[in-house]
Amino acid sequence: MSALIQVQNLCRTYKVQEKSPGFLSSVRSLWARKYKTVEAVKNVTFSIEPGEFVGFLGPNGAGKTTTLKMLSGLIYPSSGTATVLGFVPWEREDPFRRSFSLVMGQKNQLWWDLPAADSFELHREVYSLEKTAFKKTLGELTELFGVERLAKQPVRELSLGERMKMELIASLLHQPKVLLLDEPTIGLDVVAQVAIQKCLRDYNEQHGATIMLTSHYMKDVEALCARVLVIAQGELIHDGTLASLAGRFGREKILRLHFEGTAPPSWIGELGEATIEGPVVQMRLDRSVVASAVSRVVAHGRLIDLLVQDPPLEEVITRLYAEGAIQSAAASSKEEAP
Amino acid sequence: MSLEPAFVARPHTGLAGVVQSIAKYVKILKVSLVERMAYRGDFLLGTVLRFLPMISSIFLWKAVYEGAQVDSLSGYSYSQVIAYLLLVHISRMFSSMPGLAAGVARDIRDGNLKRYLIQPLDLMAYLLSYRMAHKIAYIATSALPYIGLFGLCWGYFDTIPSFQVFLLWLLSLVLAFFLGFFFELTLGMLGFWMLEISSFLYLVNTLNFFISGHLFPIDLVEPSWLASLFKMLPFQFLAYFPAAVFLGKVPPEQVLPMIGLQLFWIVVFWATARVLWRFGLKRYSAFGG
Repeated sequence: MSALIQVQNLCRTYKVQEKSPGFLSSVRSLWARKYKTVEAVKNVTFSIEPGEFVGFLGPNGAGKTTTLKMLSGLIYPSSGTATVLGFVPWEREDPFRRSFSLVMGQKNQLWWDLPAADSFELHREVYSLEKTAFKKTLGELTELFGVERLAKQPVRELSLGERMKMELIASLLHQPKVLLLDEPTIGLDVVAQVAIQKCLRDYNEQHGATIMLTSHYMKDVEALCARVLVIAQGELIHDGTLASLAGRFGREKILRLHFEGTAPPSWIGELGEATIEGPVVQMRLDRSVVASAVSRVVAHGRLIDLLVQDPPLEEVITRLYAEGAIQSAAASSKEEAP
Repeated sequence: MSLEPAFVARPHTGLAGVVQSIAKYVKILKVSLVERMAYRGDFLLGTVLRFLPMISSIFLWKAVYEGAQVDSLSGYSYSQVIAYLLLVHISRMFSSMPGLAAGVARDIRDGNLKRYLIQPLDLMAYLLSYRMAHKIAYIATSALPYIGLFGLCWGYFDTIPSFQVFLLWLLSLVLAFFLGFFFELTLGMLGFWMLEISSFLYLVNTLNFFISGHLFPIDLVEPSWLASLFKMLPFQFLAYFPAAVFLGKVPPEQVLPMIGLQLFWIVVFWATARVLWRFGLKRYSAFGG
C-alpha cells in the first residue's frame, strides 16, 4: 500500500437503453424499453507512485473518462477496488476532496461574468484556505502560468487558452496532491497547448504532485508523460514508457534519404516501397532490414543526408487501438461460445 | 483510513469548523451578490415590466365589482383586492425562485453536479447562499420603484397595519423565501429520475398560481371548505398568507399558529429535498454521470 493511486480489478458496466432508429421503434420504446449492458471498464489494474506524470490514452469511449470519474469518486465501480491517497474515492470524504482536483477540458467551473480573481477568492473559502498561504500560492501560480494581468478581467473576455490556464489555477489553489486532467488542451491551438504543457510540467516538478492526464493530442503525452497507460475497449493494453510503446508496436522504421543531383539511383526501389520527390526518398522498412538498406545506400555514396525515424506516435497508437479492438472482439466471441 | 495524515489539509472540527463553513457560504453569498449586481439594469427593467399586468388587473376587478354591484366579495372591498394584489407582488418577490428547479435538473443532466461531489461544497447550502444573494440584490434594486408604486397606489390601502402586524408580515415574507426555496429544490431533485422536468414544472406552476392565491385572494374560493383546504397547503404561504396578514384578513389569534404551519412545511420540504438528494446521488453514481 505504498502507491499513491492503487487500482485493482476495477470494472464498470453501464446499462444503456437500446433503441433502433425510426419513428415506430421510438413509439415502441415508450412502453417496452430494451437495455443492454456495456462494459466500459474491464478488470483494470495499475498503481501510480507519488510524483508520477502518467498519460492515459485510448480512443473515444475506451473508458478513460469513466476511470477518472471512479478515481475522483463521481461514480461507483461495478466491482474492484481503488484507493487514492489512501481514501476510497467514492466515499467522498471531506479530507479526500481537499487533496485532489479533477479538471475537465470541456467543462468550466469559473464564474463566467466575473473576473477569475473572484472565483479564486471563492475557492479559498470553499477549501477554507488560510489567507496568506493562499495569496502566496496564487502569486506563484499566476506567475508560473504567466497570467498576472488577466485575473482582473471577466472570464468571458479571455481566450480559450487563457481560460484554461485560469481553470487550472483554480484547481491548483488548494495544492492538490493528485491532479486528474481530462483533455485539458481540447480545442486549443498549438501555442496554447504548448503553454499549458509547460505549466503542467513545471507544476509537477516544483510541487511533486501526481498527475494523470488523458488527451487526444499525442503531443501532450509525448511532452509530459514518462509513463503511459493505454486503454481500449475498457481493457488496459499497455502500461509502460512511451518508448516501449513504440518499440512494442512499431515494427517499422522510416528512412529518409537525400541524394546529390536531381534523382536517386535507379535501384532504390529494390529496397522497398519508396516515395520519391526529386532527389529525396522516403521509405518504410521493416526493422530487420534497415541496417542492410542503410549500408547499401552509404556504400553507394553521393548522399547529402540520411535520417532513420520511428513512425509518428499517432500511427503507433492508432494501430494499437485497432489491435486492442481485435483482441477484445476475439475474447468476447470466445465468451459467447457455449 | 488516510494513508499519511500529512498528505491532506484537514479542516477544522467542532465549533471552529462550523464558523469556518458559515464563513464559506457567506463568501459565496458575497461573490454571488457582486455577480447579480452586474445585471442591475435588467432587474430595474424587470421590476417595472412586472407591474404592467397590474394595470389590467385593476381594470378587471373594477369591472367585476361594478358588474356585480356589490361593495364586497367574501369580505374584500374593491380597494382591498387591489391592495391584496399589490402585496402578493411583494410575497412573490420573496418566494419565487425563477429557474431554481430547472437549473438543478439541468445540472444533474449535464453532469455539472460533479462540482458538489468533488469540492468540499454542499449543494443545498451553496444554492441557498446564491439565492439569498439573488434576492438581496433584487430587493435592493427594486425597493425604490416599489416604494414609488406603493406611494402611487396608497389610496387602495384602507388601514395601516400596526407595528406588530408589520413585523409578523416581514417574518412571514422571510419564511416565504425559505419555503419557496426548499419547494423548488425538491422539484429540481426529481431531475435525478426524470430526464426532462419542464412540463412537470409548468403544471406545478400553473396549479400553484391558482392555489397560492397569486391570482386572487383564497377567501374568494367557493365552496368554503376548498378555501380552508387551500389554507392548510404549503402553497398559500408563498403568496396569500403574507398579504393577508398585512391586510388583517387573518384573525390575530391565528397568525402565530399559521406561521407555525409555515415553518412545518419548510421543514417538510427541506427534509424531502435532503432525502431525494441522497437517493438521487446514489442513483447518479450508480448510473453514470
